[in-house]
Amino acid sequence: MSVLVHVTNLTKYFSIRKGIFGKEVGQVKAVDGLTFDIRKGETLGLVGESGCGKSTTGRLILRLLEPTAGRVEFEGKDVFKATPGEMRALRKDMQIIFQDPYASLNPRMSVGDIIAEPIKLYKLASGPEIQKRVEHLLSCVGLASYHARRYPHEFSGGQRQRVGIARALALNPKLIVCDEPVSALDVSIQSQVLNLLKDLQQEFGLTYLFIAHGLNVVKHVSDRIGVMYLGKMVELAGDDELYNNPLHPYTKALLSAVPIPDPRAKKQRIILTGDVPSPVNPPRGCRFHTRCFCSQDICKHHEPVFKRVKPGHWVACHLVEEENKK
Amino acid sequence: MTQTLLQVKDLKTHFFLEDGVVPAVDGVSFHLNRGETLAVVGESGSGKSITATSIMRLIPNPPGRIVGGEILFNGEDLLKKTEKEMRAIRGNRISMIFQEPMTSLNPVFRVGHQIAESLMVHQGLNKQEALEKSIEMLRLTGIPSPEKRAHDFPHQMSGGMRQRVMIAMALCCRPELLIADEPTTALDVTIQAQILDLMLELKEQLGTAIIMITHDLAVVAEVADRAVVMYCGKLVEEAPVLELFDNPLHPYTRGLLKSIPHINDNQERLYMIEGMVPALTNLPPGCSFAPRCPEARPRCHVERPSLKEVSPGRRVSCWLHEGGVR
Amino acid sequence: MSQAQVSVQVNEPVEQVYSPAADFWRRLRKNKLAMVSLVFLLALTMVAVFAPYVAPYDPYLSDMPKALQGPSSEHLLGNDELGRDILSRIIYGARISLRVGLIAVGIALSAGMVLGSTAGYYGGRLDNIIMRLMDIMLAFPSILLAIALMAVLGRGVENAIIAIGIVSIPEYARIVRGSVLSVKENEYVQAACAIGNNDWQIIFRHILPNVMAPVIVRATLGISTAILETSALGFLGLGVVPPYAEWGTMLGSGRGYMFNAPHLVFFPGIAITLTVMAFNLLGDGLRDALDPRLRR
Repeated sequence: MSVLVHVTNLTKYFSIRKGIFGKEVGQVKAVDGLTFDIRKGETLGLVGESGCGKSTTGRLILRLLEPTAGRVEFEGKDVFKATPGEMRALRKDMQIIFQDPYASLNPRMSVGDIIAEPIKLYKLASGPEIQKRVEHLLSCVGLASYHARRYPHEFSGGQRQRVGIARALALNPKLIVCDEPVSALDVSIQSQVLNLLKDLQQEFGLTYLFIAHGLNVVKHVSDRIGVMYLGKMVELAGDDELYNNPLHPYTKALLSAVPIPDPRAKKQRIILTGDVPSPVNPPRGCRFHTRCFCSQDICKHHEPVFKRVKPGHWVACHLVEEENKK
Repeated sequence: MTQTLLQVKDLKTHFFLEDGVVPAVDGVSFHLNRGETLAVVGESGSGKSITATSIMRLIPNPPGRIVGGEILFNGEDLLKKTEKEMRAIRGNRISMIFQEPMTSLNPVFRVGHQIAESLMVHQGLNKQEALEKSIEMLRLTGIPSPEKRAHDFPHQMSGGMRQRVMIAMALCCRPELLIADEPTTALDVTIQAQILDLMLELKEQLGTAIIMITHDLAVVAEVADRAVVMYCGKLVEEAPVLELFDNPLHPYTRGLLKSIPHINDNQERLYMIEGMVPALTNLPPGCSFAPRCPEARPRCHVERPSLKEVSPGRRVSCWLHEGGVR
Repeated sequence: MSQAQVSVQVNEPVEQVYSPAADFWRRLRKNKLAMVSLVFLLALTMVAVFAPYVAPYDPYLSDMPKALQGPSSEHLLGNDELGRDILSRIIYGARISLRVGLIAVGIALSAGMVLGSTAGYYGGRLDNIIMRLMDIMLAFPSILLAIALMAVLGRGVENAIIAIGIVSIPEYARIVRGSVLSVKENEYVQAACAIGNNDWQIIFRHILPNVMAPVIVRATLGISTAILETSALGFLGLGVVPPYAEWGTMLGSGRGYMFNAPHLVFFPGIAITLTVMAFNLLGDGLRDALDPRLRR
């Protein structure tokens, strides 16, 4: 499988400014040195708790945010070095679907206008051809053509999410960043949208970067999963490998914390103590050591390297390395 | 004293809006035993939260009004109580915790004082005693160094900590009934596990009965003894949790259970409940679920089923089970 | 389009489409006070436009023998100190008042929108410079600033309009900036960026339409303030030069006869009050109908 997106050392610090002169008083280390690939046609899942930087990562790859450091190459082109003209061409190939179906559609535009906008911007069609394409896109996402005349407030959450998907599809992108696309939806609607995303992926040969906090949802849709904690990727592996053989203590805890809808399920839970530390002032050494149930001295002082421990399985933990040396 | 703590009989809470009457809760009956955990499950718009606020008599009027039914708490009808009598019950014998702990805590008071205030009002403690008791409650909810955290303002705490404070506040007067409205929905997975464990532990310690309002069947499986499932303002099924998961009777419950992605199996497509929840102002004449039901028969579309007992402790509102469990 | 089509929603298409605009009009119509005000203002506008046909007399024609005469069947609202027909002068005055109100607010609104949206959208240093400038302007009482501007520009209707327009820029800039700041956080703005809109397109197509609600309300109320300020300038003798019929100027020149001929100040006063009130009530109605939280 060839690589579609190549992310190297991606870093984003947000400055915290105070006072009338905007003096920088600190930095939120939202994303701190990520390196990974997204392969053509796959679904790469990104999981982590709030504040781990997973959404920021998605927006950086699309250059909706400017990075502090690092590179993102999309089909070999450096996204951050692209001129405005090149960027416009690149945007056609990478799209995003948002979490909040209420905030992601302009309330003053009809659904038809929302979906037609990218088509018009890129002059992909003209005249009555636009209308035809909008109707086709609506039917792809399971809406009817008369919905085009309606406005977002007349739709339910699930339907709005379908409109957002149709807008993303309008440009025939290669990559779609799905930023928590089902977190705001009801259970019965959630499965409809997940199935739709899967169908569309097969039909249009899409590549997904699927960002979510629910491990069961990510596990269901992803081919490979990256686990993030406080701006770092701590583990990256194929979905079954990650589930059956988690190596990082945080991944283990996360997996065990996922509530299982089965009252008879065996509950061997690793309950993590405390809260996620602030990304303004992350712990030294391994960022997870303050909550880790097997942390050792080395974890407090030295940051572990993100290393390949098996083909296709990467992890950033001192203890895992030691196991392998033995 | 009887075993039954709360008995809700044919509760009807309607909202009178410009566009018409919304029967948010329409003839709901269930009971709750002492020390028991009952889950009320449903999607948005099912009326589960309105049921809870009706029990607390906190329905905003206008536009809402409880138009019928009885809510027997220890045999006394709460709907017949004066507002003054209700105030003595709320926070004292029945308390409630909400989804978003930030909005339910007053941002300008220190958390210790907020807990103490409730103790001073309901238990007549003086300020010193109340503060000591509130620190004790904070310790009970597992907040580290509660003496110090009692002087924090809500915004200085993380989401998980605030939810602990809410629980401390709700339980400080040792209520007989705790209503928890989606208490973990806004929290991260690892924090959710902490909070659920804490609630179960405190329930054992204090003997409080819990009504757990949730959309998440996994939460139901984790904590509840019995569950009632709501759809469009009505109860569709009631069952002990093990039976609900082993042998769900209502097609809606079955659909919900099947549509959750499980972390430990690899199905390609998820089961979907087709269509969407109908508007409460425009419910179908028969069973509300009939338009989405894969097993609907002609009768389901014209005649509304009622909640019938099919075996001891199990009730279902569905024509398919008219003659008992199939 | 194989399996993807499985879940086509089967709702019957209802032909009634509630666009945000239609929705707004439906709600506004329910507000009686606002509708009465709207009708009054439309009527006033018609009267102003067709003043030469509506006014019974020439507003500048002085008829000294009738000076200070009270209301009569011939002159419904009486005559002023030079014997001119007050009704005709009020009718012609509506032209000036409405023009001043609309154009001054137009100036303030366009400048305020450009400054406010630039400050709000780009933020940082640009925001700081623009908004501190606005703060400096807001530090002066607006009428004082308008007087100072008139002193520089000289008297006259046009200059009054410009002065009043300039002094109310900061208010609009602030409202627009505040709304832009909150609207720009919406994901649809990011979506607009992701589908390749440039900054200019994002501001005009996706941000400004969504900040218009509070701005329109403020502008309606602003028209009444502008009318009041023109009247104040006229009253102080700084605004419209005397022979012109302007409500404030009429009030100012009638001041001397207040006790023996109160109708000289009474009727222009009523005209100002009714118009200002109508704009205020309409503004309130618009605010309610445009409730920023569009019904979900």
